[in-house]
Amino acid sequence: MKGNHLSAPQGARKQTATRIWKHREYYLMLLPAVLYVALFCYAPMYGLQIAFKNYKVSLGVSGSPWIGFRNFTDFFQSYYFVTLLKNTLVLSLYALIVGFPIPIIIALIINEMKGRFKKVTQTVLYAPHFISLVVLVSILNSMLSPSQGVVNTILEMLGRERIYFMADPKYFRHLYVWSGVWQGMGWGAIIYLAALSGVDPVLHEAADIDGATRLQKILHINIPTILPTIIIMLILRMGQVISVGYEKVYLMQNSMNVETAEVISTYVYKRGILNSNYSFSAAVGLFNNVVNVILVLFANWISKKVSKTSLF
Amino acid sequence: MTAKKRKKFTKFDMGIYGAGVILLVIVGYPLILVMSNSLSSPQLVASGKVLLLPKGINLEGYRAVFEDNSIVLGYANTIFYTVCKTLLALAITLPAGYALTKSTLPGRNIFMAMFMFVMYFSGGLIPTFLQIQKYGLYNTRTAIVVMGAFSTYNCIICRSFFASMPKELEEAAEIDGCTPITTFVKIILPLSKALLGVMVLYVAVGQWNSYMDCLIYIKDDAKQSLQVVLRRILLIAQAAYVTAEEGGEYAAMMADREALLRYSAMVVSSVPLLVVYPFLQKYFDKGVMIGSVKG
Repeated sequence: MKGNHLSAPQGARKQTATRIWKHREYYLMLLPAVLYVALFCYAPMYGLQIAFKNYKVSLGVSGSPWIGFRNFTDFFQSYYFVTLLKNTLVLSLYALIVGFPIPIIIALIINEMKGRFKKVTQTVLYAPHFISLVVLVSILNSMLSPSQGVVNTILEMLGRERIYFMADPKYFRHLYVWSGVWQGMGWGAIIYLAALSGVDPVLHEAADIDGATRLQKILHINIPTILPTIIIMLILRMGQVISVGYEKVYLMQNSMNVETAEVISTYVYKRGILNSNYSFSAAVGLFNNVVNVILVLFANWISKKVSKTSLF
Repeated sequence: MTAKKRKKFTKFDMGIYGAGVILLVIVGYPLILVMSNSLSSPQLVASGKVLLLPKGINLEGYRAVFEDNSIVLGYANTIFYTVCKTLLALAITLPAGYALTKSTLPGRNIFMAMFMFVMYFSGGLIPTFLQIQKYGLYNTRTAIVVMGAFSTYNCIICRSFFASMPKELEEAAEIDGCTPITTFVKIILPLSKALLGVMVLYVAVGQWNSYMDCLIYIKDDAKQSLQVVLRRILLIAQAAYVTAEEGGEYAAMMADREALLRYSAMVVSSVPLLVVYPFLQKYFDKGVMIGSVKG
């Protein structure tokens, strides 16, 4: 080696340099992804400072004057803060409590099926995942329409009053959550089905010899096998508790149901993009984001303590 | 599994298949209803007569959809966005995922951390929007194609997949004088069809159905995606319906026309994905497995 006569640190540096040079094509392969996150993820983070500023378009991000936490205190003290927070949390906890276990149950059911029926069931249950939210919401609108919707036609046949479901704040959460279940339960089951395919057949044979029923096998073999997957999925979901996706909520909103249908993310969109209230909405968005991160870390920590399964 | 005896249909089976049938009805009914509505006469739909099968078969709705310029344009735009976004996403994500499998790569953990961080923390809607404006990408097709072309989650799936391939492949390629890039393009990619299937599916479905991105970043009607156009039509249909309740014959006629368009537009926008996904099912069943192997 030519570099033998160099002093130790220099030699090490040269070695690193050689190693980097040897890997140059790998860096080239990473370059587009690095550029992407730099330009579209990290650059906006720099722009987050406007949450602490009174942002003026003419002054730009760096030129606008600092105002400390005023945007945040304005938000916390506003009368809609409690409503927004409550709507967001109730909606997403409801969605979590209902939407999380159902795919697991469905996977356990499908796993017990055999042959063609199993395949057909899977294919049909996946279908709603491929429908856009725009179409989903309009299916809701049409099925629940007070004048022509199927649901109200049936209600009337049963001698009940017609109900304008989509405009009633009372029904918004149920509609949001259960339509989400309808759309996502089949797709959500895939990961558990994959986990279930990893169940050791020897365990089932042993259980057969012991005379276990199929329900017992599900409870004592299948569920414990997929438990780590369940926990990982739960941690991932926990981190989203405060970030209700705004797309569907926004699509379902109307002037009559906003009372329960306004959540933090739709509020940020309306105040920020539609009303150009940039600094304030950036602050609200940042608040949302920070709470998310705390929730993920918290869920991860709990899970590490309780079950030794964790994301990081 | 060894003693494969023909078991009889037990009560337990009855429960399982019964649950299966109920699920099929719950999921299938709304889809069939939309289909039937799109094929029925709008008057019968409006009076709530169509409960399962189409009544008074009428294909006017479909003709109206294909004669509607905004829908045709939206369709073309969505196809453009979906194809470009998918290609770009593959071009960014696959090589990055591959490079990250190299444990000898100096700084690998730094790159990994850089990607992981954005999974949990982001600038948020407003700063991202302002940044896009600053780049001069507001109201351009580029914005729609580029935004979201890379996702850490997809990158990790790619990494796990590539990491599970036998090392001997690369070693043999290296001996034959392949550089990392030629190895990747000529040896690794042709063996990664399952991964490509999953990635195409994830990205393409997401883009085809996305609504908010165009709503936020696109101003011109000429560049609007199908979902935005569709939403507009559906809203008009609803509004027209409401006005028809109090507003005489002309309003009622308009309402019928919009109602006519409404269901067929929903069907036409959803059909491409609904027709294609059953053929890709084996890929996404597999794809989730790839993702669940943490590397």
